Amino acid sequence: MQTDFLSMNNITKVYPNGIVANDGVDFSLRKGEIHALVGENGAGKSTLMKILFGLEHPEEGEILLKGESIHVSSPNVAIEHGIGMVHQHFMLVPSLTVAENMVLGSEPRRGIYTNIKKAESETLELSRKYNLTVEPSARIRDLPVGIKQKVEILKALYRGAEILILDEPTAVLTPQETKELFEELHLLKEKGSTIIFISHKLHEIKELCDRLTIMRNGRSQGVFNVADVTEKEISRLMVGRDVILEVDKGPAAPAEISLKVRNLTVVNDFGKNAVNNISFSLRKGEILGVAGVEGNGQGELVEILTGLQRINFGSVEIEGENIAGKTIKEIRNLGTCHIPEDRMTYGVAETLDIEQNLLADKHDSPRFTGKILTRPKVIRENSLKLIGEYRIKCGSPLEEVKMLSGGNIQKVVVAREFSSDPKLIIADQPTRGIDVGATEFIRKRLVELRDEGSAVLLVSADLNEVMELSDSLIVMYNGEITAFIEDVRSLSEEELGLYMLGIKKQTDGEIGRALHV
Amino acid sequence: MFKQKRLFELVRTVLAVLIALIVALVTILFASDEPGRALSLFLFGPLDSLRHFGNVLEMMIPLLFTGLAVSIMFSAAQFNLGAEGAFFLGGITATSVAINQSLLPVVHPVLSILAGGLTGALFCGIPALLKVKWNASELVSSLMFNYVALFLGLYLINYYMRDVDAGAMVSFKLADTSKLIRIIPKTRVHFGLILAALTVVAGYYFMYRTRWGYRIRLTGLNSSFARYSGIQTASVIILSQVLGGFIAGSGGAIEILGMYRRFSWQSLPGYGWDGIIVAILARNNPALIPVGAFFLAYLRIGADLMARSSDVQSEVVYIIQGVMIVLIAAESFLAHYRHKLVYREARKTAASGK
Amino acid sequence: MADFFNIIFSVDFGYAVLRVTTPILFAAMGALISDKAGVINIALEGMMLISALTGVIMSALSHSAGLGLLGAVIVGALVGMVLAYFALNLKTDVILAAIAINLIAMGGTVFVLFMVGGDKGISSSLASKVLPRIDIPLIRSIPVLGPILSGHNILTYLAFLSVWVMYIFIYRTPLGLRIRAVGENADAADSVGISVRKIQYTALILSGALAGFGGAYMSMGYVSWFSKNMTAGRGFIALAAEAMGGATPHGAMFTSLLFGMFDALSNSLQTLRVPAEFIQMIPYLATVIGLVIYAANKTEQIKRIQAHQNREARKGAQEVKLL
Repeated sequence: MQTDFLSMNNITKVYPNGIVANDGVDFSLRKGEIHALVGENGAGKSTLMKILFGLEHPEEGEILLKGESIHVSSPNVAIEHGIGMVHQHFMLVPSLTVAENMVLGSEPRRGIYTNIKKAESETLELSRKYNLTVEPSARIRDLPVGIKQKVEILKALYRGAEILILDEPTAVLTPQETKELFEELHLLKEKGSTIIFISHKLHEIKELCDRLTIMRNGRSQGVFNVADVTEKEISRLMVGRDVILEVDKGPAAPAEISLKVRNLTVVNDFGKNAVNNISFSLRKGEILGVAGVEGNGQGELVEILTGLQRINFGSVEIEGENIAGKTIKEIRNLGTCHIPEDRMTYGVAETLDIEQNLLADKHDSPRFTGKILTRPKVIRENSLKLIGEYRIKCGSPLEEVKMLSGGNIQKVVVAREFSSDPKLIIADQPTRGIDVGATEFIRKRLVELRDEGSAVLLVSADLNEVMELSDSLIVMYNGEITAFIEDVRSLSEEELGLYMLGIKKQTDGEIGRALHV
Repeated sequence: MFKQKRLFELVRTVLAVLIALIVALVTILFASDEPGRALSLFLFGPLDSLRHFGNVLEMMIPLLFTGLAVSIMFSAAQFNLGAEGAFFLGGITATSVAINQSLLPVVHPVLSILAGGLTGALFCGIPALLKVKWNASELVSSLMFNYVALFLGLYLINYYMRDVDAGAMVSFKLADTSKLIRIIPKTRVHFGLILAALTVVAGYYFMYRTRWGYRIRLTGLNSSFARYSGIQTASVIILSQVLGGFIAGSGGAIEILGMYRRFSWQSLPGYGWDGIIVAILARNNPALIPVGAFFLAYLRIGADLMARSSDVQSEVVYIIQGVMIVLIAAESFLAHYRHKLVYREARKTAASGK
Repeated sequence: MADFFNIIFSVDFGYAVLRVTTPILFAAMGALISDKAGVINIALEGMMLISALTGVIMSALSHSAGLGLLGAVIVGALVGMVLAYFALNLKTDVILAAIAINLIAMGGTVFVLFMVGGDKGISSSLASKVLPRIDIPLIRSIPVLGPILSGHNILTYLAFLSVWVMYIFIYRTPLGLRIRAVGENADAADSVGISVRKIQYTALILSGALAGFGGAYMSMGYVSWFSKNMTAGRGFIALAAEAMGGATPHGAMFTSLLFGMFDALSNSLQTLRVPAEFIQMIPYLATVIGLVIYAANKTEQIKRIQAHQNREARKGAQEVKLL
C-alpha cells in the first residue's frame, strides 16, 4: 500500500455561530494523484481546504505532511510547506501584469527597482515548463477567465507548491477552457504535482481524477477509487438525506396563476447568460421549488423577479401585470414578498433595532403612519405581535438586530416579509445557516401560507428542503431548466441529483409542462 | 442588552470628552504664565455672569441649526460639508430681504428666513444632484462650493448691498421690522433660540417619527437593504441634503437677523464645521443636538473669555474638538471593554436560560 | 478681451502658473500615494497647514531654511502616521478622522503660532527663512521659455521632480507594486503574505511627507510668512486633481497644472474690470466642473459596458429562439 503524502486526521471545526463545518474528518492524499473532493454546498469541503491552507484553524485534529506533523497557522506557512491554493474568487490584482502578479510579495530586485525582466522571464520559463501559456506582460484585467486561472496556478507553482488545491476551478470556465485545464492538470501530475480538485461536476471527476473523497454534512463519506464507483453511486452518497425534518403537509390545491415567466434571459457582469431562456408558471396555493447547485442562475432569477435587476430579455408577469419598468416598491405592492439569500446585506440593517427592521417595507402604510407622524403604538403592537408569533428570542423590540443569533435574524426577516399578506412569496435559501428550530418554524410557516392561498417560489440548494417542502419542482443547471417535476413525491434523490449535476435532462416537452397552459 | 449599549456609548463619549479636556488643560498649563487664572476663566468664565451665560446661549443658536443640518445629511451617509456655505449664503439672502425697508413686522423676518433657507437648500442640493446624476463625490464638490459661496456672497454684498457710507465692507442697515426680538434682558439672546429649539424638536420628530426620516436613516445604515425594501434611495439622498441645506440656510438667516445690524462677514463663519462636531457629539440624533451644541458653545465662550483676559489663545478649543471627534468616532476605542460587556451579558442571559 | 489675452500669453503668467501649481502638485502626489494604497486622505489640507507653520517656526529657530523644510516634512509625515493610527488601529472612519485633523490644524496652528511668537494670525514676529530660488544657467537664456522655467523656488523644481520619482516609485519598485496591490485587491495582497496595514501606514506617512513639502512651500517659498488658513482649500483641490488625473502621476500633474492655471488666472485677472470675487471663484468652480466631467465619464463608461452586454444578451436570446 502506498503511503500517504499528506493526511488530515480527525479534523473538527466549529464556527463561532455554532455551525459544525467539519466533524472528525479524515482526508488523505497520495503523492502525484489528482484527488477529488466532492459534496453539496455547505458539506464542509471549502472549510477543510481552508484549514489545510491556513485560512481557518481547527478545534481538533492534526495535519501530517510526509509523516511529520505540521501546524499551518497562516497561508504563508502553507506556502512554505509547498501547499498552494487557487481560490474560486481569483486573488489577482487586475491592473498589474501577469508577471507582477506572479512575483507579488517576493519580488526579484535590481537595485531599488523591481526586476521586471527577471519576473517576466521566470514567468515564461514556468509557463513553458507546465505548458500553461500566458503572456507575462499582459494586464490581468484584459485577460479572459481561463487565462486568469492559469496565472493563479502558476502563482502557486512559482511559490513552490507541490500540493495544489483547486476550488471549483471549472465553475467559471467554458467547456473548451475546461478541456484545456484538464490537459494542463494532467501534465502537472506527470511532473510530480499533487492536486486536490473540488467540484460538483461528476463527469469531470470521472474524466480527471484518480481518487475521490465524498463529504456530506461536515463528515467524510469515505474515499474511493474513481474507477470503482459510478456517477449514480457518487450522487447518492453526496445528496443522501440523513436528518429528516418532517413537515406536516397536506396535498396542494393549486388555483390560478400568480407568476408567469416567459423566455427570460439574464446576462451577468461577465457577459455570460446566467439565466438562459427559461419559462415557467407558479400557481396560488402551491410551492414550486427551484433546485440546483448554487450559481446555476437561481440568484439572477430572483433578482429579476424582485426588481433588484432590470429585465434584459423575456417577460415576467406577477398577478397579471408585466413587471418590466416597475420599481421594487411597485412590485412589492403587487403582493410580492422576498426572503433574500444574503440576509445581512439585503434583509436587515444590523445596527437598527428589531422594531424598525420589521417596518422596512411597510413604514409608509396607512396602518403605521398618519398623514405626517408615524403611529408608535401600532408599531409597537405590531413588533410585539410578530416577535411573539415568530418566537424571535430577544430582550426587547429595541434590541439591535446584530445582537441576535442567525436564526433569529432570519425570523425577523421572515416575520416582516410574511406579515404583509403576500400573494407571491419568493424565498431564496430561507433556512441557510440557521438552527434547526428556526428552520422548522420557517418551513412550517411557508406551508401554512401556501394553504392560505399564497404562491411560493422556493429557491434552495438544500435538497432536503426542496424535496420536503415543494409540491412541484424545477431544476436549474447552467442557467437552464433541466427538469420539471410535477409531483415531487414521485421523485427520488438519486434522480434529482442527476438533474442537478446536469447528467440527465428532460425533453423540451416535459419541461414545457411547467407553463401550466 | 440595548440599555447596556447606550450606557456604554455614554461612558465612551464622556471619556472622550474628558481626555480631550485633559489634553487642553495640559496645553494651557504649558502655554500660560498664569495657568490657574486661565483655567478658571476657561472652565467657569461662562457661568460668572448672566451676560456671559447669555453669550453661550447666543452661540448655541447657530450651532443648533448647523448641527441638525449636518446630522440629517450624515444620517443618510452623505458626507456633504456644504452646511458652511449654506449658512453663509443663507445670511446673505436674508440680508437682501432684510435691507428692504417697506415690509411689515413678523412678515419681514419670516420672508428673510425662508429666503435664506431656500438658498441653503438649493446650495446643498447641487452636490446631491451631482452625486445622484454623475456619481461625483459630494464631499469634494461641497467643499469646493463652500469657497464659491464665499466669493459669490462677498460679490453680492459688495456690488448690490454695500453701504458705501459705512466705512467698512458691510451691507446697508437691516430694517427694524426684520429684526428678531431679544428674549432675555441684559443679553443678546434672541427669538432665534426659540426657533432653533422648535426646529430641533421638529427635526427629531422628522427623523424618528415620519416615513421620510425613516427612509433617510435606513438608506444611511444599509442602502442595499433600503433599496430591497422598496425605497427610492436616489431621492432620499437628495432629500436629506436639500433639507440639511434648508436648515443650515435658515440658521444663517436667523443669525444675521438676530445678532447683526448689518451683514459684515468677510469670511466663512465656521459654523458649518462646528455643526459637524455637534452632529458627531450627538451621534446624529436630533434629541442630543442641544447637548452637543451647548457643550461646544460653552467651550467656545470659555475659551474666548480666557483669551480676552489671559495670555492663552482661544484656538485651544480646536485641539479639544479634534481629539473628541477622533475618539468618539473611533470604533475600537474601548471596544475591548465593550466586548467584555457583551460577553458578560451573553453569559448571564445563557445562565438564566433565556 | 485684448487685455485678457495679453495676460494669458505673457511670460509672467507662465511663470505664475508653475509657481501656484507647486503646492497643489505636492498635495496631489500625496493624494495619489494614499489613493493607490486604498485609503482616501482628505487631511491633506490640514497636513499642509501644520507643515507650513512648522517650516516657519523651525527655520526661525534654527536660522536655516533647510532645517525648516526638514521639520515641515517630518511633521507632515507624523500627522500622516497619526491619521493612520486612528483609521487603521482605532478604526475611526477615515473621513471623520481627517476632518478632525483639518479642524485641529485650522485652530491649532493659530494657537501654536501665538504661543511661539505671540503673533495673531500671521507670523510677523518670527524671522523665518525662505528656501532659495534657482536660476538654471542654460535654460535661463532661452527666450520666452527661459523666464518661465528658470528662477523658481527650489521646491517648484522638486515638485515636478516628485512626479517622476513618484512614477518610478509606484511603477518600478517592489514597495510601489505592493502599494498598488493593496489598494486594488487587499485580499490578493494578503494571500501572498503582504501586511495590508503596514503598507497603508507607509502610504499615509509618505502622503503626509509630500503634503509637508507643499506646506513648506506655502510659507517658505510662495510667501515668506505663515498666515491663518493660508492653504485655502489647496489640499482639497489636489484631491480633485488626483482623481481627475486618473490616479496616475502624470495625469495628476497635468490636472494640477490646469488648476494652477486657473489659480494663476485668478491672480492675474485682478487687473481686469471683472469683479474680483468671480475671479477668485475660478479655481474652485473649475475643480467642481472637472470633477463632474471626470465622474460622469466614468459612469458613462460603465453604462456603455452594460449596454453592450445587454445587446449581446438580446442577440444571444434571439439565437436561442431561432434554434
